[in-house]
This record gives sequence, C-alpha cells and structure tokens, in this order.
Amino acid sequence: MEIRMLIGSIVTLIGAIFIFLGALGIVRMPDLYNRLQSGTKASTLGTILSIAGIGIINPAWAGKAFIIISFVMMTNPVSSHTLARGAHHLGIPLSKKTVIDKLKEAEANEKKEEQ
Amino acid sequence: MNLKNVIQIFILSYLTWLALNWSVNADVLITGAIISVLIAVLLCSHCEVLQEVRLSPKSFAYAFAFVGVFWIELIKSNFDVALRVLTPSLPINPGIVEVKTTLHSNIGKMLLANAITLTPGTLTVDILDDRMFIHWIDVTSTDINEATRAIVSKFEKYLEVMYG
Repeated sequence: MEIRMLIGSIVTLIGAIFIFLGALGIVRMPDLYNRLQSGTKASTLGTILSIAGIGIINPAWAGKAFIIISFVMMTNPVSSHTLARGAHHLGIPLSKKTVIDKLKEAEANEKKEEQ
Repeated sequence: MNLKNVIQIFILSYLTWLALNWSVNADVLITGAIISVLIAVLLCSHCEVLQEVRLSPKSFAYAFAFVGVFWIELIKSNFDVALRVLTPSLPINPGIVEVKTTLHSNIGKMLLANAITLTPGTLTVDILDDRMFIHWIDVTSTDINEATRAIVSKFEKYLEVMYG
C-alpha cells in the first residue's frame, strides 16, 4: 500500500512537471505554431503520467485511467492539427526565426496552375 | 451488413465497458454484452472506420512494435522539447517541411499523421494526397527525402504492414 502510494505520487509529480514545462513553453515560444508544439504536446506526456499515477495509487480506477489516456491520445493530435491548419489557412504569420514554409509554396503553385 | 466490421466494433465497445466497470460480476458482463451487440448491429453495420485493418498474426506483432516505438519516440521528444524550453537562448529552428508517404489507406494516413503530431517537435499542418506538410521545431534538412527519412520512416514501416 505504502510503496504503491509512493510510486503513484512520483509518477504524478513527473507528469505535473511536464505540464508546467508545456505552460512555460507557451510563454517563451515566438509564434502560434511553436506554442502549439509545446502547449498541446509537450503536455501530452504530462497528462498521461498524471492520470497513470492516479491509476497506480488506486488500482480500482486503473481501467478508467486507461480509457481516459486512450481518449486523450486520440483527440489531442486531431485538435492541435486542426488549430494549426486553420491558422495557416487564415494566414497567421510564422515567426522571423522560421527557415522554410513549403506549404505556402505549394499553395502558391496550385493557384498558378489554376490561373 | 458487414460481419467482420460488426464483430470488431463489438469487441472494442465490450472492452471499453469492461475497463470502465473493472469487475467480473455476471450482471455487469451480461449487460455489457447486450449493449455492445446493440451498438454494433444498430449503429455500425455500415461504418467503414476499421474496414482497412488487416487481421493477421504479423500485423498484430507489428502493431505491438509500433506502440513500443511510438512510446520511445514520445518520451524522447518530450525531453527534447522540454530541454529547448528550459534553455535560456531558446534554440529553435522552426519551419514547415514537406514529406512523402507511401501509405494508401485513409486510416493508415490518419494514424501516421496522429503519431507525427503526438511526438512533440513535429506537427502535421496539412495533407494533400500523399504529401504531408509538417511544422518541425528544429529543421535539420529542407530536402523532401531527408525530411521523410527523419520524420516519417520510423513509423511508416510498421503501418505499412498493418494497413498497406
């Protein structure tokens, strides 16, 4: 009982640290796309670990924790992909550090072919 | 009515029910079975979500290997992005690169895009047929082939066997 409590608490703590780093990334990153990177996804492991820690502390909840983790893993990438795609279609600019934007080139090429 | 499809949906919803209840009482098992059969037959006799899944021992083995590789990548890249955030000079080199995929099925492409998006550092922005546009936090190469090898190949070889 004691040892399970300890392991679960440590796992949850590591998860909380990852969520904190994700939040810090939102503040520090220069543009929307990089913020999405750290905000929605550096926190993926954080969310998973926090919920897994609860599942370890209380084994009766392990099944529920597993289902929550699988739903987080299914919906998280879809939402961040949709946000990024919508932002790019609206023309939200990338930061000055950006090296290359192949998608813009591809869209420009398609427009040329249509004309 | 597609029997294979219905059976797959039944197994999925029954496993979900069992995990939610976490008990093996007879009444729980029977209620779950009835509800799962109803869901599978009434709601999902025509849906095509799992149509393209191949059911063979090899594809199961590759599915397990895929999950393993995916977890390793997830943990590795989480640490990578966390280190970038913590470094005072913020060493990022972002850009949107183009990669090519050899997968044909829709569910295979979806899983590939989701796996790429879930590993921090890479984010699928758009998909046009077999071209994927990926926002990469640290662009090491702008060449299509190089980028494909760095981002896609590690997941693709497993998905290719699973879905083709």
